[in-house]
Amino acid sequence: MNEPAGTTGLVFNEPLLWEKGAPGRCGVSLPQRDVPASPLDSALTGDAPDFPDLSEIDVIRHFTRLSQWNFGVDSGMYPLGSCTMKYNPKTNERQAALAGFCGAHPLMPESLAQGVLKIMFELQQYLAEITGMHAVTLQPAAGSQGELTGMMLFAAYHRSQGAPRKKIIIPDSAHGTNPASAALCGFKPVAVKSDENGLLSPQAVKAVMDTDTAGIMITNPNTLGLFEEHIRQVADIVHAKGGLVYGDGANMNAIMGIVDMAQTGFDAMHLNLHKTFSTPHGGGGPGSGPVCVTRALEPFLPVPRVLEAGGRYTLSDDFPQSIGKLHAFYGNFGILIRAYSYIRSMGAANLKKASQLAVLNANYIKERLKGTYHLAYDRPCMHECVFSDKYQEAHHVTTLDIAKRLMEYGFHPPTIYFPLVVHGAIMIEPTETECRQDIDRFIEAMQAIAREAEESPELLHAAPRIPKVRRLDETLAARKPCLAG
Amino acid sequence: MRYLPHTDEEIRDMLQVVGAADLDGLFASIPRNCRRSGDMDLPEAMSEWDLNRHMNHLAAATAATPEYRIFMGAGSYDHFIPAATTYLMGRSEFSTAYTPYQPEISQGTLQAIYEYQTFITRLLGLDVANASMYDGASALAEALLMAIRITKRRKVAVSTAVHPLYRKVAATYLSPAEFDIVEIPYGSDGRTDLGGLGNPADFAAVAVQSPNFFGCIEDLQALGQAIHGDPKTLMVTCFSEPLAYGLLKSPGSCGADIACGEGQSFGIPRSFGGPGLGIFAARRQFVRSMPGRLVGQTVDKDGKRGFVLTLATREQHIRRERATSNICSNQGLCLTNAIIYLASLGGSGIRALARLNHDKAEYLKAALKKAGVAVPFESPTFNEFVVQFPPGFADTHARLLAKKIVAGLPLGAYYKELADHYLLCATETCTAEDLDRLVKEVTS
Repeated sequence: MNEPAGTTGLVFNEPLLWEKGAPGRCGVSLPQRDVPASPLDSALTGDAPDFPDLSEIDVIRHFTRLSQWNFGVDSGMYPLGSCTMKYNPKTNERQAALAGFCGAHPLMPESLAQGVLKIMFELQQYLAEITGMHAVTLQPAAGSQGELTGMMLFAAYHRSQGAPRKKIIIPDSAHGTNPASAALCGFKPVAVKSDENGLLSPQAVKAVMDTDTAGIMITNPNTLGLFEEHIRQVADIVHAKGGLVYGDGANMNAIMGIVDMAQTGFDAMHLNLHKTFSTPHGGGGPGSGPVCVTRALEPFLPVPRVLEAGGRYTLSDDFPQSIGKLHAFYGNFGILIRAYSYIRSMGAANLKKASQLAVLNANYIKERLKGTYHLAYDRPCMHECVFSDKYQEAHHVTTLDIAKRLMEYGFHPPTIYFPLVVHGAIMIEPTETECRQDIDRFIEAMQAIAREAEESPELLHAAPRIPKVRRLDETLAARKPCLAG
Repeated sequence: MRYLPHTDEEIRDMLQVVGAADLDGLFASIPRNCRRSGDMDLPEAMSEWDLNRHMNHLAAATAATPEYRIFMGAGSYDHFIPAATTYLMGRSEFSTAYTPYQPEISQGTLQAIYEYQTFITRLLGLDVANASMYDGASALAEALLMAIRITKRRKVAVSTAVHPLYRKVAATYLSPAEFDIVEIPYGSDGRTDLGGLGNPADFAAVAVQSPNFFGCIEDLQALGQAIHGDPKTLMVTCFSEPLAYGLLKSPGSCGADIACGEGQSFGIPRSFGGPGLGIFAARRQFVRSMPGRLVGQTVDKDGKRGFVLTLATREQHIRRERATSNICSNQGLCLTNAIIYLASLGGSGIRALARLNHDKAEYLKAALKKAGVAVPFESPTFNEFVVQFPPGFADTHARLLAKKIVAGLPLGAYYKELADHYLLCATETCTAEDLDRLVKEVTS
């Protein structure tokens, strides 16, 4: 390993917004007043909010400096497991910024909204084709709202069968959003343990599945990066008792063009457009979590739905069994444009190749690091692999220390301490957009850090020293919350 | 494909390290009966040039400002977005970062959220604001669920002057767990009428919107007093046009326990309704019941100021089924957009802009009244108001579309009793000339 990629540059300190500026400055060009002032009842008016007054350049410098304290996919490799931090193509941004899309009012007459409705209709068709499912709603604003939609669909389905159900089965390796979404729907989560191979066991599911259980939530590939090999048997067991199978499609990036999700037994599943379909994560969102369903669940999808007849697109609320509405309008449309643009840029062959290369990259990292770090489950993985800090424990080095030291090598750390079923988990998802050289550099950094853990663990304990701030006191933040200035 | 960097030779080498014969060999663990039978049937891949042409064509098949004059708000507002805001939003260090779980290399996102939280508390007169919900509608739904958790009561009351689409979302969120929503009517002045509310102690929360869906400014202070007839009942105020609080008394100063709504007005493009920004703020005593992420100030090892995600024990990744919400991804980039815009406006700017919005709408209202158009609700309004056109106006409305004018939102689809009523909006982007022309067109 040559010099680590991470280094220090000229990074600026920057105060909080209200620590700068001067009353009377303004950073926007207000239109000239061409109408008279009209009084408003003073019982209703208050003082102007206590915001600082800043000039345009104050604002530009402030946020430019802040941005420079961030690490994004455009800064470097971001192998954050379960998050699919692939490259966010710039042409997608160009398309989403077109005036016709940006300036479109959501309640315009349909005749004036044909372009946007066509995008939505076609995107639904593409996502149905990619998953193998029958119908799609684009309304959920993120994966967890997709899960909530799915649970509402399950509840509505069982109610329509005249037999509401109370429980839902969730494997212990699931994302926390799964049980939280199920609980919002009034379902009681029933946990099942993964087997010694990190997989869902049909016997374990059979033992808890009964006619009071609405169904099961399954992430496939699961959060250990493994394909659930018994998925069909599990689905059959759940279906045999009248239950439904929900798929958390957070990890769809591993299997596009390879797996037919309807064939695996899914009745409903969500996709994360901000993972698999390349839309940027935005420092926490906005995402988009379309839900794809079988024919049997279609009548329950949220309204309005986009319909097409003779090349004209319409919005329809006329679905009496619908669960209702999840978003004031139609979901995060700006994100849908980006995913549409990605799918049209890639085509079927490149989407499949993206999955193949994502899986190749993860397996390559797994093979090359498996002597250096403890591999939780030594099996062929999908798009991510999960190590732990077991070998480093003897040197009093933890997963957290390894993660912080990686920053100094110029990499964003992997996901750490998740999934919960692996103690000290280090979950690595390289994605298909990283080149061989960068993947090798990442592997070499991980190897160098393992050596440092033995020879000079203090380097890891003190890390990171390069970024704008060092390790932060999270206990203080929680004990004495200071949430506004 | 330019997003897939590996050469064939690199793929061969890497397969060798992995011990797979070819790319298909990587998927040996997937049972046959789960596989696709053929290739995906999707349109051929497009070059960037072709894609631009295709998307230009679709964008052109959608009516948008400024080509069209759209006098319609109803939860999505046409406000001018400064070039500096759009420019800063292009900083990919903000857009291509993940949730700031690694604070040392996410201070930009974290400080921006902290600043946003601060501005929102100052705007709404409350103590704490979270790092966003999906949109105004889900923010309202989550506020009602939060009130149900806090009070352990199963019923909420919601004014019918709250945005009808927000109410629909709230009903969807509350229905699976069988919580009840009681609708409170609006009066002849267009404001919420609490006269028939009964005992506030029957409700976890009473929710109103100001400015309400009809654009009317509610008398929040009076409503607050009535709602707090039971001190435990929470007053939830929502909004779809937060710019109004540049001018109006803040919800917090009128007694609101939770204030929530849509923040699209703060520099975010309308984008056919999303992504927008779910704003959510509450009194300090309720912070541990709040949904969503929170950023707090702390210090690093050297005592230097820094910011972290905090109070995460409320959240799904820790608390799982006992979390205060299932929300994970939020509208992070949209809140960044909002804080950039609000910082640009500043305290003086937001006041001036809010006043201008009010005055433009008043100008339009007065001109329409003068031309003989009925304005049924007499309450003061902000930048939207309801008019009643003569029966048959639907034809005029349709005819004006050909002239690239959208003369408001017809309300009959949302309120049966409001056939021939239209909700009109005028923001700072309308010139007096635009407004004069609208008056002429709708009355000729």
